[in-house]
Amino acid sequence: MLTHFLRLALLTLSLLLPAQFAQAQPTDIPARIAAMGEANLRELTSIVTDLAATGDPAVVPVLTALGGGNLYLDETSGRIVIQGRSAITDPLTGEEVDLGAGADLSRIRVNNSLRRDIASALAGMTLMSDNPATRFSAAQGFLAKPDPINIPLLDEAIAAETDSNVLRLMQAARAVTILSDSEAGIEDRRAAVPGVVAGAGRNAITILTGALANAPDELRPTIEAALAGLEQSRAVWSALQNVWFGVSLGSVLLLAAIGLAITFGVMGVINMAHGEMVMLGAYTTFLVQLVIRQSFPGLLDYSLLIALPVAFLVTGAIGVGIERGIIRWLYGRPLETLLATWGLSLILQQTVRSIFGPTNQMVIAPTWMSGSTDFFGLAITYNRFWIVIFALIVFFMLLLILNRTPLGLQMRAVTQNRRMASSMGIRTPFVDAMTFGLGSGIAGLAGVALTQIDNISPNLGQNYIIDSFMVVVFGGVGNLWGTFVGALTLGIANKFLEPYAGAVLGKILILVLIILFIQRRPRGLFALKGRAVEQ
Amino acid sequence: MNFSRTKSALLAAALAGGIALPIVPVLAQDDTIKVGILHSLSGTMAISETTLKDTMLFLIEQQNAKGGVLGKQLEPVVVDIASDWPLAAELARQLIEVDGVDAVFGCWTSVCRKSVLPVFEELNSLLFYPVQYEGEESQRNVFYTGASPNQQAIPAVDYLMNEEGVERWVLAGTDYVYPQTTNKILEQYLLDKGVASDDIMINYTPFGHSDWQTIVSDIKTFGSAGKKTAVVSTINGDANVPFYRELGNQGVMAEDIPVVAFSVGEEELSGFDTTPLVGHLAAWNYFMSVDTPENEAFIADWQSFIGSEDRVTNDPMEAHMIGFNLWVKAVEAAGSTDADAVIDSIVGLETPNLTGGTATMLPNHHITKPVLIGEIQDDGQFFVVWETEDLVPGDAWSDFLPESAMLEADWTAPINCGNYNTETQTCGGTAQ
Repeated sequence: MLTHFLRLALLTLSLLLPAQFAQAQPTDIPARIAAMGEANLRELTSIVTDLAATGDPAVVPVLTALGGGNLYLDETSGRIVIQGRSAITDPLTGEEVDLGAGADLSRIRVNNSLRRDIASALAGMTLMSDNPATRFSAAQGFLAKPDPINIPLLDEAIAAETDSNVLRLMQAARAVTILSDSEAGIEDRRAAVPGVVAGAGRNAITILTGALANAPDELRPTIEAALAGLEQSRAVWSALQNVWFGVSLGSVLLLAAIGLAITFGVMGVINMAHGEMVMLGAYTTFLVQLVIRQSFPGLLDYSLLIALPVAFLVTGAIGVGIERGIIRWLYGRPLETLLATWGLSLILQQTVRSIFGPTNQMVIAPTWMSGSTDFFGLAITYNRFWIVIFALIVFFMLLLILNRTPLGLQMRAVTQNRRMASSMGIRTPFVDAMTFGLGSGIAGLAGVALTQIDNISPNLGQNYIIDSFMVVVFGGVGNLWGTFVGALTLGIANKFLEPYAGAVLGKILILVLIILFIQRRPRGLFALKGRAVEQ
Repeated sequence: MNFSRTKSALLAAALAGGIALPIVPVLAQDDTIKVGILHSLSGTMAISETTLKDTMLFLIEQQNAKGGVLGKQLEPVVVDIASDWPLAAELARQLIEVDGVDAVFGCWTSVCRKSVLPVFEELNSLLFYPVQYEGEESQRNVFYTGASPNQQAIPAVDYLMNEEGVERWVLAGTDYVYPQTTNKILEQYLLDKGVASDDIMINYTPFGHSDWQTIVSDIKTFGSAGKKTAVVSTINGDANVPFYRELGNQGVMAEDIPVVAFSVGEEELSGFDTTPLVGHLAAWNYFMSVDTPENEAFIADWQSFIGSEDRVTNDPMEAHMIGFNLWVKAVEAAGSTDADAVIDSIVGLETPNLTGGTATMLPNHHITKPVLIGEIQDDGQFFVVWETEDLVPGDAWSDFLPESAMLEADWTAPINCGNYNTETQTCGGTAQ
């Protein structure tokens, strides 16, 4: 155990400037920590260096807290404390601290370069931690800052490692270290190249390109060959990545358009206030989360799931209200409907702006929707992934409702032949209201999903209304599958144009293509056939 | 594909009659000095500009409590330009001709400023413009109290180059005049500094862009060339939130690829969970977190005026405060609110800013400012990691663009010109 500590101490020393050797000998850790409170950035950097140089595992919590922004100074008592999730603790003993009523906590702030220093200092001290996640980030630290002096420690860690992910990263870190060590033998360095390729994942290209710059001539062909291989597979993966981006954009379009496919596609109402239903869904999510945060903080991770039915009911009810109040007087008068719903959209926008203010509102992303995962060579972000899944669920649910429920049957009957349906005893006004409410409710669901990728502002709906109409018209009015295919086609086409044409030109090109397409096929991709169309 | 603009133009046309009316009732008193406030209170820009309207009301109330100006009370006249630029020009004309205001504080976007410029020139009135902008302009009737590129963009790039060792640059911006001009200046500056053109990537996106997947993944790829990479963002308005969210989700950390933004301040971050953004940077001339007695007092007064402890302060608010105080001083020095008298007396006047320095009105109608670089914290505030030692004088015409390097603006006798050519010693046509 003692030798281990000695090695740690040596290691951390070597990570730092040689000049620190002299200062590191007397280790008055509490005094250094106390000095953090009043230190400026430069002084803080030297305190961190000194603390790391002690090699004492006791400083790990302090450094972790400092790097994570959880280290505070109590202005009243001058004490340095760690603000944990539930309690305030002492940085060295880890015991809970009661600061009393007069406490005035102010955070000890760090910048990027200090954060990097802390990470590399911590890497040395935590490589043997019991927690795999900690070991993983320690190995990442070594990967980011390779130093030949770490090889023995890495070897020891690799021998003891049981977690395969951490092991791979440690081996990569070791390979990178050997590769970048100009003292190591050429053969050793050459042998390290495959290790880098295998273990470093997305960083492999960065690391190899960096190594290439300083490599001796004998080593160059090996690195260049490895790079060429990586570039080739990256080209394949980036095409697949584009498809994924396209699917993801398509799913957002689908969500935004699918409610409109009901109100505009099935009912034939040009509903300019559709975007505002999306926006109201987003604000409902915000309110639901606000209530949950204040009253049931434990449910915060599920707030989006709770918001789904609430948003559906709220926007659905508003939709029914709009249909009963405004739209039913305007059936068969598309221009008036357009103007009335457009006016309504402005009223709704300004109402929300007056109530909530013009600034964006915040919906916190649940932990299961943050971050990303590497799926082979694809980087898939969780929020987009769940939105794709959600869009598919909503789409198929809607399909089920339209094709397998009595309400769906009545809706289709009313839209195909209103008078016939009426004479068969269907309450057409009721069905109209329900259909419009369903379309609006689905727009509200889209709003819940959009809180995860867009601003929650009164203008939220405006950004989606045109895209939604585009999708519905392109896919074929009155056909849900048309909307589905249309959304995905537009999403993928957009994402394939974007890298070449840029975001601005890409969107213009898509518009031009749609105009040309509509010229050729005025009824969209999947045109409805039969007598219903001729009405 | 900005349909919202078409839509808001139609909206403006439809509602012009309704919203063009001053919101604050005109008191029809002769013993007041009228001050016009020309900001968007609805539409896409309302998010940023509503606060500036409140700031002006706050400043005017404070000044009135101190006894007004020249013994008269100030009277604010508020109009809503509804994020519609032709309407802005109309309302500017209305403020000056119908309401008879003596000075106007307003506009946020460069488009707004460009569209009201001719009105102020024609009617010889005063506009105080509080937002950082692209430069390449100096007009006799306009006072630019926000930063010009040499007071924001250039120092930020210097910081990244010298302190973070950045060698590869992504210049990402929204597709309109401010980012385009700023990026043109920055690109030339980087090339002059010896950065290879392969190491610069320029990317433009539409207003309100929300799908950043491809661009963020491109930035990641661009950053994997073995050189330290940074993003210089002139992305404006609403598009920032999804941009930063995508950065966070795709795991682009500030330690690896820092993003320095010129349009993201405390107000923009207040609608946002900033945990994934910690360490990304912004360059401004003021941060709410700056620890000076002046700033503390300003924040306390502002929050009690607006009635909320949660409201933040930001850079354009400070710019409005400086502009307003300079105007008050100039009016008092000239003894009149007449535009010509104020233009003559305001140059050289000084007023304390909120960061412990002094703002001086320069002959080119720009002011001196400190430049601060801040890192975003998880409470939505900025932590100042670097600042210029001295105040930086605003430069109207960039020295880094060949076509404007020889131009100077000087609105004092004998030059009295907004684009004076120092080589030919002539005023380059009509001042613009």
